[in-house]
Amino acid sequence: MCGIAGIIHRDGPGNIGAEMTRMLQSMKHRGPDSSGFALYGPPSDLLVMRIKLADPNEARGFGWSDRLERHRNEVEHRLAKIGAMIDVMHGDQEYAYRVTFRYSGDLKPLADYMEDVPGCEVLSLGHSLEIVKDLNDAESVAERYRLTTFTGTHAIGHVRMATESDVDISGAHPYWAYPFSDIAVVHNGQLTNYHMWRRRLERSGHRFQSECDSEIIAVYLAQKMDGGMSLETAMKQSLDELDGVFTYLVVTGDSLGVAKDEMAAKPLVLYESPELVALASEEVAIRAVIGHEIDTHDPYEREVLVWHR
Amino acid sequence: MKISYDARGLAEPAARAPKVATIEPGEDGAKAVFDADALTTRQINLELRRLVYDEGVVDVTIRNPGAKHSIAVGILTRCRITIDGSLGYFGCGLIDGPEIHIKGRVGWSVAENMMSGVIVVDKNAGSLTGAALRGGDVVGRGDVGARSGIDQKGGTIIVGGNAGTMTGFMLQRGRQVICGNVGGGLGDSMYDGAIYVGGKVTSLGVDCVEAELTDSDDEFLARKLRIYAIEPPPAWRKFVCGRKLWNYDNLEPAERKLVL
Repeated sequence: MCGIAGIIHRDGPGNIGAEMTRMLQSMKHRGPDSSGFALYGPPSDLLVMRIKLADPNEARGFGWSDRLERHRNEVEHRLAKIGAMIDVMHGDQEYAYRVTFRYSGDLKPLADYMEDVPGCEVLSLGHSLEIVKDLNDAESVAERYRLTTFTGTHAIGHVRMATESDVDISGAHPYWAYPFSDIAVVHNGQLTNYHMWRRRLERSGHRFQSECDSEIIAVYLAQKMDGGMSLETAMKQSLDELDGVFTYLVVTGDSLGVAKDEMAAKPLVLYESPELVALASEEVAIRAVIGHEIDTHDPYEREVLVWHR
Repeated sequence: MKISYDARGLAEPAARAPKVATIEPGEDGAKAVFDADALTTRQINLELRRLVYDEGVVDVTIRNPGAKHSIAVGILTRCRITIDGSLGYFGCGLIDGPEIHIKGRVGWSVAENMMSGVIVVDKNAGSLTGAALRGGDVVGRGDVGARSGIDQKGGTIIVGGNAGTMTGFMLQRGRQVICGNVGGGLGDSMYDGAIYVGGKVTSLGVDCVEAELTDSDDEFLARKLRIYAIEPPPAWRKFVCGRKLWNYDNLEPAERKLVL
């Protein structure tokens, strides 16, 4: 089933970590397996990278912690070697790290170099995007990664009921649009031409870390935007080129967008005011962050909407 | 029955009616009001059932429903229920008799499998409004989502605004009245029944054709909209099944073997 949510403040930063936690927790019944956040903090000259070095539910033999420590040091060493100046490297978990650093080169070789470290996956990379995802419900993930004090302008999130791929961090949403900075997607639905698009994007040099169909949407959109297309145009084109039933949310450094397929078979409820736009698979999630009575509606089939912060 | 697995915490097997309603006598019978803000779905429904079945209350108002799902489902007696706010998914399904007024919005599948009664929604409704409706009137004063009245087998769905794609998909009997525009695939694979549209039609579905409006159609439309105080559009168009897909006289392969 899964549940998706998005929020964008049009009147300045808000407490998006706490807000997205409440939105996702109210939809726990749609997906108790894992929860994920894509949060946009204040833009910075520094790059911020979120990585994982292992999955929390993998078998932990003797030396598991030592191995993670070696791999963490290897990431730090490689960042320095490629010319990045590390500001802070902090581990919320022994298998998940947040690194801020100064770097002016191409992001793709940097991400590839990091992911060459055994077990390492770059979850997000950009000047304001931070993707945090892990097993269990939203409150549990927010507490483990101290997200409830995260301030920013916009965010998307996802609660996952695993159906077609494993219960692990790689299979959890949101997905970063490797190797493009500050773009992420959450998705509810199934893409029936996933394998065709995966092969096509792999031939263009992109890598995929999961068997999840949702992972291609972020890269698909980012590649079109990298070619000069606007976010809205890329999303409209996706309605013709991506096959299946889907509702997805996409975020960039300054925008939040939603697209629904022509069957409108996956739910989404929208609330819009001059100060705030909030969307979710269920209205209870929107009401979790808005205290007063609200009017909402469902976007229609083939509808593409984009808001800017 | 013992529930051994409840990962999502929705079953609440030990829940009891919270008995929080205020009950007062009224001219037509007892009236009750309760606040649902702090109650779970199951507690709200248990309280509602206690009031209409055990206490004989004929008029219940539920305040602060908070867009919770599956509220007022399976009520099988004549009564009035006012929802002072919005409902989530699967609201008021499987009912037989109540008159329900929802002052806010409803999510997907309101009035699914409703047998009789009336549901009036003041604002928008999600997809699958009146799915498998058997009887009664379902009225949405705002817009509705996709596939309204999918597999509808009777009753009437009235929409004051627009409707989404595949409206009347597999409609078997009953009527839909859409005052605004409708999305693509109107009446796709409908078997019978009629769909009246006051606005633009994006496209017709398979085996859906336009038909002549009759005097009885005009009388029906005027009467229904007058009852619910909905402004009629300037003109109506009527859509029915083209019966090109009707193959009721053709034998299935297994039957053919038996006959031959």
